[in-house]
Amino acid sequence: MELSGALAIQGGQMALVLALAPLLTGFIRKAKARLVRRHGPAVIQPYRDLWRLMRKEVVLAESSSWLFRGAPYLIFAATWVAAALVPTFATGLMFSWSADLIAIIALLGAARFFLALAGMDVGTSFGGIGSSREVMIASIAEPAMLMVIFSLALMAGSTQLSTIAGYMLSSNVGLRVTLALALVALIMVAIAENARIPVDNPATHLELTMVHEAMVLEYSGRHLAVIELASSLKLLLYASLIGCVFVPWGLAPAGASWQAHLVGIAAYVGKLALAGALLAVFETAIAKMRVFRAPAFLSAAFMMGILGVLLLFVSRGGLQ
Amino acid sequence: MIDGLSFDIAHLLAGALVLISLLMLYQDRLTALINVFAAQAVTLALSVAWQACVQGAPHLYITAAITLALKAIVIPLALHRIIKILGIHRELDQAVGVGPTMLAGVALVALALVVMLGVTSSGGDRIAREDLAFALSVVLLGLLMMVTRRNAVGLVVGFMSLENGLVLAATGARGMPLVVEISVAFSVLIAFIVIGVFLFRIRERFETVDVAALDQFRGDRG
Amino acid sequence: MNALDVLLIAAAALLALVPLALAMGQSPAGRWVIYGGSLAICGGALASALWALRRAASWDAVLPLGLPWIGARFHLDPLASAFAVVVSLGGALSSFYALGYGRHEEEPARVLPFYPAFLAAMSLVVLAADAFSFLVAWELMSLSSWGLVMARHREAGNARASFVYLVMASFGAFSLLLCFGLLAGPGGAYAFAQIRAHPPGPATAALALALAILGAGSKAGLVPLHVWLPLAHPAAPSHVSALMSGVMTKVAVYAFARIVFDLAGPPAWWWAVAVLVLGAITAVMGVLQALMQHDLKRLLAYHTVENIGIVFIGLGLALAFRAAAMPLAAALALTAALFHVFNHSLFKSLLFFGSGAVLTATGERDMDHLGGLIRGMPKTALAFLVGCIAISALPPLNGFVSEWLTFQAILLSPQLGWWALKLAVPVVGAMLALSAALAAACFVKAYGVTFLGRPRTPAAEAAREVDGFSLAAMFALAGLCVCAGVLPGFVIDALSPVAHGLVGGRMPEQASQAWLTIVPIGEARSSYNGLLVLAFIAASAGLCALAIHAFASRQARRAPAWDCGTPSASPMTQYTATSFAQPIRRVFGAYVFAAREQVEMPPPGDLSPARFEATVHDPIWEGLYAPLAAAVALAAQRLNRLQFLTIRAYLGLVFLALVGLLLVLALWN
Repeated sequence: MELSGALAIQGGQMALVLALAPLLTGFIRKAKARLVRRHGPAVIQPYRDLWRLMRKEVVLAESSSWLFRGAPYLIFAATWVAAALVPTFATGLMFSWSADLIAIIALLGAARFFLALAGMDVGTSFGGIGSSREVMIASIAEPAMLMVIFSLALMAGSTQLSTIAGYMLSSNVGLRVTLALALVALIMVAIAENARIPVDNPATHLELTMVHEAMVLEYSGRHLAVIELASSLKLLLYASLIGCVFVPWGLAPAGASWQAHLVGIAAYVGKLALAGALLAVFETAIAKMRVFRAPAFLSAAFMMGILGVLLLFVSRGGLQ
Repeated sequence: MIDGLSFDIAHLLAGALVLISLLMLYQDRLTALINVFAAQAVTLALSVAWQACVQGAPHLYITAAITLALKAIVIPLALHRIIKILGIHRELDQAVGVGPTMLAGVALVALALVVMLGVTSSGGDRIAREDLAFALSVVLLGLLMMVTRRNAVGLVVGFMSLENGLVLAATGARGMPLVVEISVAFSVLIAFIVIGVFLFRIRERFETVDVAALDQFRGDRG
Repeated sequence: MNALDVLLIAAAALLALVPLALAMGQSPAGRWVIYGGSLAICGGALASALWALRRAASWDAVLPLGLPWIGARFHLDPLASAFAVVVSLGGALSSFYALGYGRHEEEPARVLPFYPAFLAAMSLVVLAADAFSFLVAWELMSLSSWGLVMARHREAGNARASFVYLVMASFGAFSLLLCFGLLAGPGGAYAFAQIRAHPPGPATAALALALAILGAGSKAGLVPLHVWLPLAHPAAPSHVSALMSGVMTKVAVYAFARIVFDLAGPPAWWWAVAVLVLGAITAVMGVLQALMQHDLKRLLAYHTVENIGIVFIGLGLALAFRAAAMPLAAALALTAALFHVFNHSLFKSLLFFGSGAVLTATGERDMDHLGGLIRGMPKTALAFLVGCIAISALPPLNGFVSEWLTFQAILLSPQLGWWALKLAVPVVGAMLALSAALAAACFVKAYGVTFLGRPRTPAAEAAREVDGFSLAAMFALAGLCVCAGVLPGFVIDALSPVAHGLVGGRMPEQASQAWLTIVPIGEARSSYNGLLVLAFIAASAGLCALAIHAFASRQARRAPAWDCGTPSASPMTQYTATSFAQPIRRVFGAYVFAAREQVEMPPPGDLSPARFEATVHDPIWEGLYAPLAAAVALAAQRLNRLQFLTIRAYLGLVFLALVGLLLVLALWN
């Protein structure tokens, strides 16, 4: 019974994240449209887009290779496995011991690696622009993320995400400066990693302003559907990560009843809606930065992460 | 538990002040810089008000009010007007790049932590010592701002944020009589008015407030 | 007949191949005999070293060679067996690769005699148990690899590369000589067992540490002593480059570990700070330099520098934990470092083999003249891709596991008491994270520019797959990378007696964990299961592919790439290595390398081409070595005047020397 319950929760989470990801993207687009007094597309439009793309024929560039055709599946697989391990409505995930927070971020790094390679595959300058800028942004965003992970792991005494979520739920966390620094740094990294304003514009049509879009410029049909789904999944992952670490109320602890899990799901949907609304407001309120201001933005996040870890190393005890 | 939470909130506010000082280093437009300075003053007012509540020292409420009124509202508004009139509200201000400045900022915070926690290792509880270390960091970051800014207005903001750090240290260490605070506030106001007048005179005379350019007009250079 | 005897006999057999190579150098069968013989001998040595590691015991042997009152002592303990595994595995696979690659060697008589000597010398360094045999084997290793670097002496730059290598190798050997002299003490007890029995005082030990860093660090490639590495490693033939980067640098790490952890006595805490800081600077500088390169082999050589930095970070952490008497944490840090040593020898050899294959197929080393090789050389491209994924520390391959273990060790370090470490370790952790992210960027560039895109030159277009031996060697290494990534518990357990011997602690046994997970410290703290991650990724990708095939359209057609309305047939409009690195060069290079870009655009209507110039300065070469070389040249010029003195001046010099020595004698008494 225990085993089937745990399996149901893990499987349920995997299905839930997959189902909710396009919805979150659609909600954010709708909110952004509303904020500038447009009607905007329907909230379920991303589902329709995915279905439409899947039924279309794929157009492959003449110079593309098997890597180009296979990369979307690898990108999706890595992102989905990572998203399945971030607690959304319950902390006791069955396979959480197989990959901790460092491994989750590394899985996202693997997805980005293949995406960058796919961008280089066709041999045009647009793919090169996207890939080179993406790895520049990643080269500072990933260390900043690792510093945030270090702060959380040092406070909670473990790198397992379920344990960190459990620690944040418990009463002995207190309001710590490092948490504030980690939150600000994590939000900045999440914006950069998900190609959101002010780092990258997900809705741009000008190739010279693209980073993420330039890498997937050549993709079409079912491949593009898989990649779009993977990007929405990545945004959902970061929103769930911020939610489970910094807003952990509502998470059902391991072994709780099914009512607690239902409450957890409701709380999770609420958190996603809040995150989407805040992101929409933020994206509408500020303008996109020039490409070479993004490293300054991210190095501020990196410095804050380092400062947070430094504070933990030198400040009061209570580190496990 | 209330005790623990109250210490935590004070600590959090001090840390927020350090965070905002770091963010001030990152701004390179004057308008954004003045807005972040206003945010710093608001945080300082909150921190002082919290200390007033915790320490049961009502005169600190007045300090908080003065900080809020002067440094969070009056001075930023006046600075906004000044830079609008001087016409420099769109300029970029950093003398050294953002990366090295932020790196130096983090190094200064680390230095303040090492110095304060090392020097006061004998007495006092950990959190009070860390608050002192944070106050020292804000002072040092204010100094760093004064060093790395090209524009005289940026220099002034750095000087103000340095003074914010001093206020934080004084309130945290339970040693700020009201008379001292009022006289300090008045002297800051006078200093500010004088600097404002000077800025206009400098601009009239030399057509610029760029510190590097002003260096050429030193009297002792033949 | 124990494991040590087998390894000594293997080394002797390799040395016996040298005169055979001199005899058969010119004939085509020579390649088969020498490389085949090396393969067989190294295979035997590998089996015996693995068995010795499993047994976790120690053996001694004394041979009547060398100095008469010492003999030549050899000792095989778990540390030596671990490194013997690395040496033999590298040697075996290199020889296997060379069976196919060696066909294209222009002057085999310049390569074949030095090759078995190189392999023999490396195994003897690992086995040596007294300073004399150690240094003889070390110098033999340097000389034979120098001979291999000089093999293609007609190519531009190779002569200079081997000269710099020789100078640095002599400097390193000299430092090691002084180090052993210090450790042996005034009594001249050169055997390691004797040195171990009389640990030196703190001042002597500190000096020995500094000399070990200079000596072993220069061979390993620590900044700022790494300047020879990117010159010499690419100049050698590719199977030798793989050996030099993948194995010789590890032998240097062995020398460092042996001296600092074993012979110099209990470490002081500040040793860890020095090693950590050097390791972190090496890691970041190495990868930044690698990003600036457009020569494939030079990029790989600079990358070796970065990985050596990561190994030294692990070793520094192990020193810190040992000084703080935390044996479990020290074992974790040491295991992380040694695991990375093993991993790096695997994937760096694979990448160098791949670059050798590219060089054979196209004749080009410059990435800006390659491109689109994935079409002509699909199998090489696949193996190289596995190497790139492994070296970028991406799960579920092996590079990720050693990096993860290093991070876990860093997370244990707040318990260290000293202030300098409390400040240094977070910064070192940040630099490690930065170097890992930059490494992934570097290999996207290397793979993307070389193998993907469109061919930039006719040579790249005409590339065809290489021979079976090379491919088999590359796929064997790729398979090992995957195995070490999904079955890391076995490697950790194999390294556990090494950690026990050096730092007195042991990691928890991994083979007994459920589902082949690794748990470095405790269940509640952290765990990782490579096999499950691989299975999940495969299952998800399969599920996605199935769903797509069931519900989506299956049609596909080929069309020209998107060109925004201006068709550009020329493949030179693609991104080159330099252009790919431009954002990173602008962000990091401006501070570290004083990188500047200059663009000269002709006015509109003018048809002359635009000029783009990017200058990158190497701060270490210009700041340290160029002034040093200038000072040496100046001193040599001044001293040259001694050649032209008069007879009276010479007599005066002799007289002054005599009087000076008599004065010293008088003052001493």
